[in-house]
Amino acid sequence: MLIITCPHCGPRPEIEFRYGGEAHVPRPAATETLDDAAVADRLYLRTNPKGLHRERWRHAHGCGRFFNAVRDTVSDVFLATYRVGEPAPDLEALKRGAGR
Amino acid sequence: MNAFRAPSGGRIDRTRPVRFSFDGVSYQGFSGDTLASALIANGVHLMGRSFKYHRPRGPIAAGADEPNALVGVGRDEAHHTPNLRAPVVEIHEGLRAESQNRWPSLRHDVGAVNDRLSRFLVAGFYYKTFMWPRSFWHKVYEPKIRAAAGLGRAPTAPDADRYTQVYAHADVLVVGAGPAGLAAALAAGRSGRRVLLVDEQAEPGGSLLHEQAATIDGKPAKEWLASALSRLGELENVTVMSRTTAFGYFPHNMIGLAERVADHLADPDPRLPRERLWHLRAGEVVLATGAIERPLVFPDNDRPGIMLAEAARAYVNRWAALPGRRAVVATACDSAYRAALDLAAAGIEVAVIADMRPEPPASLVEEARAAGIRVDPGTVVTGTRGRLRVRQAHLSRLLRDGTAGAPEPVACDLLLMSAGWTPTVHLFSQSRGKLDWREDLLAYVPGRSAERERSAGGCRGIFALADALADGAAAGAAAAGLEAPAEAFEVERDGSAAGAFIGAVPVNRDPGSVRAFVDFQNDVTAKDVKLATREGMRSIEHVKRYTTTGMATDQGKTSNMNALGIVSEALSTPVPQVGLTTFRMPYTPTSFGLFAGAARGELFDPVRRTPTHAFAEAAGAPFENVGQWKRAWWFPKAGEDMHAAVEREVKAIRSSVGVFDASTLGKIEVVGPDAVRFMNLMYTNAWDKLAPGRCRYGVMLREDGFVMDDGVVGRLAADRFHVTTTTGGAPRVFAMMEDYLQTEWPDLDVWITSTTEEWAVIAVQGPRAREVIEPLVEGVDISASAFPHMSVAECRFGGVPCRLFRVSFTGELGFEINVPADHGLAAWEAVMAAGAAFGITPYGTEAMHVARAEKGYIIVGQETDGTATPDDVGLGWAIGKAKPDFVGKRALDRPAMRAPDRKQLVGLLTEDPAEVLEEGAQILERPDYAVPAPMIGHVTSSYMSPTLGRSIALAMVRGGRARMGESLHLPMPGRVIRATVTAPVFHDPKGERLDG
Repeated sequence: MLIITCPHCGPRPEIEFRYGGEAHVPRPAATETLDDAAVADRLYLRTNPKGLHRERWRHAHGCGRFFNAVRDTVSDVFLATYRVGEPAPDLEALKRGAGR
Repeated sequence: MNAFRAPSGGRIDRTRPVRFSFDGVSYQGFSGDTLASALIANGVHLMGRSFKYHRPRGPIAAGADEPNALVGVGRDEAHHTPNLRAPVVEIHEGLRAESQNRWPSLRHDVGAVNDRLSRFLVAGFYYKTFMWPRSFWHKVYEPKIRAAAGLGRAPTAPDADRYTQVYAHADVLVVGAGPAGLAAALAAGRSGRRVLLVDEQAEPGGSLLHEQAATIDGKPAKEWLASALSRLGELENVTVMSRTTAFGYFPHNMIGLAERVADHLADPDPRLPRERLWHLRAGEVVLATGAIERPLVFPDNDRPGIMLAEAARAYVNRWAALPGRRAVVATACDSAYRAALDLAAAGIEVAVIADMRPEPPASLVEEARAAGIRVDPGTVVTGTRGRLRVRQAHLSRLLRDGTAGAPEPVACDLLLMSAGWTPTVHLFSQSRGKLDWREDLLAYVPGRSAERERSAGGCRGIFALADALADGAAAGAAAAGLEAPAEAFEVERDGSAAGAFIGAVPVNRDPGSVRAFVDFQNDVTAKDVKLATREGMRSIEHVKRYTTTGMATDQGKTSNMNALGIVSEALSTPVPQVGLTTFRMPYTPTSFGLFAGAARGELFDPVRRTPTHAFAEAAGAPFENVGQWKRAWWFPKAGEDMHAAVEREVKAIRSSVGVFDASTLGKIEVVGPDAVRFMNLMYTNAWDKLAPGRCRYGVMLREDGFVMDDGVVGRLAADRFHVTTTTGGAPRVFAMMEDYLQTEWPDLDVWITSTTEEWAVIAVQGPRAREVIEPLVEGVDISASAFPHMSVAECRFGGVPCRLFRVSFTGELGFEINVPADHGLAAWEAVMAAGAAFGITPYGTEAMHVARAEKGYIIVGQETDGTATPDDVGLGWAIGKAKPDFVGKRALDRPAMRAPDRKQLVGLLTEDPAEVLEEGAQILERPDYAVPAPMIGHVTSSYMSPTLGRSIALAMVRGGRARMGESLHLPMPGRVIRATVTAPVFHDPKGERLDG
């Protein structure tokens, strides 16, 4: 079972959290002028990488807050967690850090 | 007295005799005995029948790796556990054990006929033999095979024992309390960090428990062990747990520990659980899990009395149980010499040591010969004799051409074997660490770690006692963050464990004519494994599944490496290229009860009951499970069946008044200055113009444009909405609102609160509804003009605060009375009393469903299936087209969402009014069809309508709204039903009754 560090509460066991899918996927707002292919992309296509993945989690049975995380989908190691609205960390820099 | 018990020695307590039974026969052992050691001390080796061929089997091991001696244990059905390994079952007074997979008895087993049919029961025989006729598989072949082959029987009574679960943390977890683990715990303990040392056996010590010869730091091993344990006991930061198996290594250093608390006790304290599951989170893990001895794969190597050399040594030294009178030792490894010497010292005649190696170490040979033991180098076992017990071993010289010479029969009642040692890398491998192949050891050892973990001692191929101790100490110190200098241990008179062999031993006849067992528990022979390679299996993963080698409950602890060796030789491929099967948790079989813990029976899943549950129960209503809720289904009167009750309930709603508990509806309070902006974004509807005191039916989409939920929303004030959701959708809707509020529109000043359980909801529906409730309502005028359909007001009802809604899910004049949940039953009873004069009729979910279907009201999840747009289900009117944005708006503009041939909600009327369609039935355009038939839709709801006096159905049909009046066809077994497409509203299409 994973240990996930909520940026508001600190490290907690996985059962307190709900997974929220890939992070930094903009919603296809009706006010934007997007063609249908771009809308379909935002609705249905996800990167599903082998390796580092930026994803959303919610500390559902804790503070209730959504936050973002970078997880290695191969090893399940979390390289970073950060609050909603904070910029996404540079994956290349995280990779170099993890390699050390 | 036990005939095969040494007069002295061992770790048994001879002052405490213990009586137990096996297959109904009473035996005596001593406190400290296992079932296997006690039976061996009584001269009993025959403990089971094999899985497939029903061959007589005895124990080959003295620990958790035992594949043969599986027994059922328990005083009655409620305490029966099948498939326990006799060498790890501790005996206690009155213990009852039974053998398995035999009939009528262990000695005379009818199923043994399979052994004579073995030439037909080769690898893959299921796939080859039982293919035709296809229909026979379920009815004939599978039940027969299951009855003939198998392990223990499942208990017939529910498990009467209690299991608990514990969460714990440790800075350093050490798994295994053998030499390396003890040294690791001692070293880590000095750091002051929290250290937990766990071991699966009854007492810690591992191989030291049966070590007679070696000394550590000048002390006999047994004394060193005692002093190590007392030093650990003095350290307050160190905890030692025995009878605790680390069965699983989960991500981020979570280790599953199974602690057996009560099984070894004759009369356990009833407050104790049988087992405890520890969810242990460790900062660092030291794996000191040791190694498992490998059998030699020679013909008929499975008779009772044939066992691993070190196991025999353990039975003699640790339990003073003599496994025979005259032993033959077959080996490829030095360690068997120590076993032979210890057996000889205990008075067992060792006839010969047959060493496969042409030149075994001279010092070992000399030592054995000095003890009067004959040593034959370059010699193998090519056969054995003896039905229920081995009585003869056939020894042959290995020849230059790789075969074996003529056999020399040697009489014996005990045959020991050793092909060397396999490091126990199960937990390391479960942790996703990478294994490295060591050609010198013929073994896989831990390579790169994936977790904060290190292995020490035998489990990484370090077998010499001094080296294992030093390796453990270094690992323990490093795990605790100590930069201690390497610790050295003075060890004298240690045995060697050098020398190893994997694969099948050469034979002196056609290898296809002999049966040399690789996997004892699943009855897989060397011949089977070779056959698999001949039939095209190249990967060990395929060989495993085809032959089932390594797939038994022991997960191939004693067999996997030999199987790999055979495949490697057959394919002329180096072992690392053949691959290695995955090690999966649990390391040893673990009870279901342990995982279930307290979550069984009433506690398995929470049950949610509505405030009027007691009324419905007293009225004899059956309950329908809706999520975790129990909802009254219908309220039968004497002699009524479901159909009659539902018909009466619906007629009451239409003609007078009915009352229904709608408390399970999800409720969310949306409050704040930006509440209306938020509602505009979350729902398709426009909310700006909804005045306080008014309600609206709201539709919520997912971002992909499909209907997710619906419900009536009341605006209580400019900044306050009382939102209702479907019963099952409440958590989903709340989570989605929370998500958008936090991540998309964090600038909105809005709070949302789940109020589902705050309010009891009593729906009073029917033309007399107003007359029933009017006397109970205070503070609001509910006349038709002052309180029209879709009104909401805060008032008092029967003296308690109330949110009164004038809404209807039946199509009749209706009210939904929301009172604080604690007052729900009182309010319900007040309504019942006030309605008595009108014949008020409580109704259940079935009548609710029928009444709403008569009106064509959809149920999300019944008419919709996650691919329906609002327009598909006739809710296009609920879309606020002028709104700039709402969740799902952009998706609704995609071309596929506007296609004219989308499935649309329609009504269906069958030709025969008595015919009630099956929900889920498929719909065709033509009555004559060929498979696959072009399906154009399906039935979503179907009932006998009491109001119309005929059957009605709702359906989703391609381009349905353009098909009004068309005849469609529903194929059912043996016939085709014809139905006509209609509008989905069957009753009061103009909605005049709502305004009553």
